Amino acid sequence: MRPRELAGGSDPPAIEGVGLAKAFGGVQALDNASFSAATGEVHALVGENGAGKSTLIKLLGGRLHPDAGEIRVGGSKVALAGPHAAHDLGIWTVFQELTLFPWMTVAENLLLRREPRGALGLIHRGRMAEEADSILAGLEIRAIDPRALIDDLPLAQRQIIEIVRVIIQDPGTLLLDEPTSSLGEHEVDWLFKLIHDLRGRGKCIVFTSHRWNEITNIADRITIFRNGTETGTFTEIDESKAVTLMTGRRVEAFYPPIPPLPDSPAMLEARGVTGEGLQDVSLTLHAGEILGIGGLAGHGHRELFLYLFGAQPGAAGEISVNGAPAHIRNPREAVRRGIALVPEDRKTEGLLLPMSVKVNLTLPIVSQRLASLGLIHAAGERRVANDMIRQLQIRTPGLNATAGQLSGGNQQKVLLGRWLIADSRILLLYDVTRGVDIATKHEIYELVARLAGEGRALLFYSSDAEELAHLCHRVLVMREGRIAAELPSRGITAEDIVAAAVRESVVH
Amino acid sequence: MSTEAIAEPRRGRAIHFFRQNIGLVLVFVMLAAAVVLYCVVYWMQLQTLPGNFEITSTVNNTMPLVLVAMGQAIVVLARGLDLSVGGVMDLTNALAAVLLHDNLASMVGWSLVILLIGAGLGLINGLLVAVGRLQPILVTLATLAVYQGLAIRVLPQPGGAVPPSYTAALVDPNQPFALVYVVLLGLLWSAFRRSNLGVSIVAVGNDEQSARANGVAVIPTRILAFTLSGMLAAAAGLFLAATATAGDATTGNGYTLTSIVAVVLGGMSLFGGRGSAVGVIAGAFLTTMIVNVLFFSQIDPLYQSFYEGLFLVIAVVLSTMIGLLLRRRH
Repeated sequence: MRPRELAGGSDPPAIEGVGLAKAFGGVQALDNASFSAATGEVHALVGENGAGKSTLIKLLGGRLHPDAGEIRVGGSKVALAGPHAAHDLGIWTVFQELTLFPWMTVAENLLLRREPRGALGLIHRGRMAEEADSILAGLEIRAIDPRALIDDLPLAQRQIIEIVRVIIQDPGTLLLDEPTSSLGEHEVDWLFKLIHDLRGRGKCIVFTSHRWNEITNIADRITIFRNGTETGTFTEIDESKAVTLMTGRRVEAFYPPIPPLPDSPAMLEARGVTGEGLQDVSLTLHAGEILGIGGLAGHGHRELFLYLFGAQPGAAGEISVNGAPAHIRNPREAVRRGIALVPEDRKTEGLLLPMSVKVNLTLPIVSQRLASLGLIHAAGERRVANDMIRQLQIRTPGLNATAGQLSGGNQQKVLLGRWLIADSRILLLYDVTRGVDIATKHEIYELVARLAGEGRALLFYSSDAEELAHLCHRVLVMREGRIAAELPSRGITAEDIVAAAVRESVVH
Repeated sequence: MSTEAIAEPRRGRAIHFFRQNIGLVLVFVMLAAAVVLYCVVYWMQLQTLPGNFEITSTVNNTMPLVLVAMGQAIVVLARGLDLSVGGVMDLTNALAAVLLHDNLASMVGWSLVILLIGAGLGLINGLLVAVGRLQPILVTLATLAVYQGLAIRVLPQPGGAVPPSYTAALVDPNQPFALVYVVLLGLLWSAFRRSNLGVSIVAVGNDEQSARANGVAVIPTRILAFTLSGMLAAAAGLFLAATATAGDATTGNGYTLTSIVAVVLGGMSLFGGRGSAVGVIAGAFLTTMIVNVLFFSQIDPLYQSFYEGLFLVIAVVLSTMIGLLLRRRH
């Protein structure tokens, strides 16, 4: 651990926060936090969810006003009345939650309120598309058509448009709140090249991320946050030390040991699955196995998981569960056969955000196991939910707190807990650690290992190849809807997975 | 570096156009089908094809719906709903019957005043919704009753008189001259959609938060959307007075429902942010054609309302389902 490097005293920092405090209701999100980033620097903010990184970004970007402390830009104190005040000072933010208009075109989104005008001062559609075209081409983005609706773009492309929209404002200081959480590996490469260019032109870039590889790849300095304040700024720090600083406790190993694969029967078999985005996919998942699914985003993983869960109409193939052929036509049948899906977009696909943690946990079983004559046993429901909260260490203010109040990692635990309560034996985990902080990731890894040890079968897709390499018994790499490679048993590296995923697509 | 989100080849432009305009294509196809069906039932009744008189009366009778549905479309686009348009039509229709006299100054002057009154009624809705932060359905349901009440006060019994020259100027009973207004409205819409207000309305309808974050003045935009709707409903009230040559303080009541039907048939989403008023104009004509077909199908007049509703539900369900199916293909 090297001590904090000082900026040398010559130039004032591009942006600086001194003694910042911000509370929401009774929760102190930031407490006497200080931070500074220099021009020509890439500065990473890391910490658990709720450590205050996002709040800091919002304060620096003018979205929130600090309760105490001050923000300095180029050495002088500023009062940011709102995002526009920050924009006037050249400070722009790419937010985690998308701010695009789904039913408008890419060009309309990029050029909103700056549209090229034609006759009568009306918007000139043709010139608008051309202008958007040249913006995208200038940033080496060729896959996105300015005439496409945002709603038709996959998540990764939307995030790219969100970034482009800010880049074309020529920010002096660029703040990015988890810009990579929905990007695939190649989009991340694109973004990092862009960040390199900006740094070369003397811009200041501040970003938050949960992916440690990225952070060490691109950041000049790293500031670690815990419980609303910074615990140090470093130019070099190893991961386990960082995790210790983030969580305040020692993490022995980031990836837990995986129980050996028992000689067990197949629990889930799929043969010749073909449909939209899927080409003759077959796989066998054994009890106690963690079977990894890897590959670049958009190559059929999502369709495969939905198919196995009975939620992909139009796909055909054969499935057998515990050796018996099964026709899974809808998610209800999948659940009945012990199959559970934990989806990536937990906000829209899994959780009932306005409902309580208790209801979210007991939802699938409440009518069969916790009710009689149509009435719910309140005490039984509470007991079951409380057990699971303890078991999974779900951090919630209480049983009746709404799921929307929890952090991303804890929402994910609620979803997992729901299927554990329902005693699902086959778990389809789809990118469950996306956007989850490092400490909670570690807990989820331990849980995955434990569930495999209990003899459950786990199908595990992740956009993080490192995770697949460390956590899975086997990894199937998908490309263009097919299984392109099977990387057997242990000893796989992340590089193997990435290489298998891009082997052909690099050619054209 | 070659990547799927960065460098994959693009889809053709035709696909984008088709996907973005499915609703539009669909409503024109249904309109064409309804016209053919109308010709068939007309032929079976009268052994001749509809001529100039039928075209003229269809266009003239549809004009009020076209106008009020366009206003409704603007509000819906901004993710609102205006139930008060029927009341605005009642009131402006009644005012026209009472105020208009047979000289140019009176007709032009009072028409402008009545349009402004309509805009004012819409403005009240807009202020209550945007500034008062009340639900559009609640606000406009209440103002519908208020405006209807005012209309009855202005013209307790159907009557009054609209100068024949006013009728001749707006809705020539012998020639489908009103088609010019339809084309004009289409062109106006296309300009509107390319104006700052048009873009702001679509942006607000897409996502109010995003619109605010992008510097769109959300509150004025919503107020203006309701104001335009009120003004267009007033124009519809004037057209209705011109076609009927007299006033009736309840004549606009049915238009609240049919304006929403025309908007939905026109391929517009009631969740806001997408759709085109060109489709809504076609949706208005489709609504009229359905009524025409029923008329020539010799249906018991007592059942007419029943069948109208039934056919409108079928048309709406069909267009929604076909739209969904087509969307899934791509």
